[in-house]
Amino acid sequence: MKFKKKSQVTEEIPTASMPDIIFMLLIFFMVTTVLKRFTGLPVTLPEAEKIEKIESRRHTSYIWMDGAQISCDDQILEVGQVSDVVYSKLIADPQLLICLKGDRQIEMEVLHKVHEELRAAGALRINYSTKLKAS
Amino acid sequence: MLVDKKKDREIVIPTSSMADIAFILLIFFLVTTTMNTDKGIPMVLPPPGQTKEVPKKNICNILVNSQGDVLLGNEPIQIPNIKTELERRMAENENLIISVKTDLKTSYDYFIAVLDQVKMTGSTRVSIAEPE
Repeated sequence: MKFKKKSQVTEEIPTASMPDIIFMLLIFFMVTTVLKRFTGLPVTLPEAEKIEKIESRRHTSYIWMDGAQISCDDQILEVGQVSDVVYSKLIADPQLLICLKGDRQIEMEVLHKVHEELRAAGALRINYSTKLKAS
Repeated sequence: MLVDKKKDREIVIPTSSMADIAFILLIFFLVTTTMNTDKGIPMVLPPPGQTKEVPKKNICNILVNSQGDVLLGNEPIQIPNIKTELERRMAENENLIISVKTDLKTSYDYFIAVLDQVKMTGSTRVSIAEPE
């Protein structure tokens, strides 16, 4: 009897390159991830139009002001302590940029005191964090 | 012949699980990556103890009170109009220094709105006066 041997065709998509693709994606994410270290205070930022992106996140420190408290690196600070904290950061990183995250409703009094503390510490480069105004 | 038949077996370390390990690491990074969208208005503060004498005609005073009313050089003005008015004044006087002074109780929101308008004019001579 003539039986045609059933031809077994196994088709396989070569998946040998899959790990390579995955590694590529992985390296991308490893490079772009900056682990978030501090939560700060709940703050509603004011809005503005002429805002600029912060150039380098590594040299940035955040000061949160929500009317009642001032927080830096998740530590609640008195106004008088701000200059010492900022000064030690400035010694560690001369290119320090201080990002001020103030709630919209805080009063200028607080901000002025923080300004004076920053000037005393020598941290002159600051950035007022704002949301983009939807105009 | 007493020659060992060449063993045809290849020794292979199974690398099939390498992709699984890579997937797990990838998912970890997918979950922890945050794209930083921090943006804001940059400013450079003057070093402490610096007071420079400036002729009065080169200063344009912007005063903001606690209710958010703005006086530009003694004229009341609405915040969105500050930019055009400043540009007009800057065209007349190149050396114009813009000074923003707020009340102690002025809200930060108004300050940022005024600062935003000032920054939009493109002027680099901005001074933040001590609030009173």
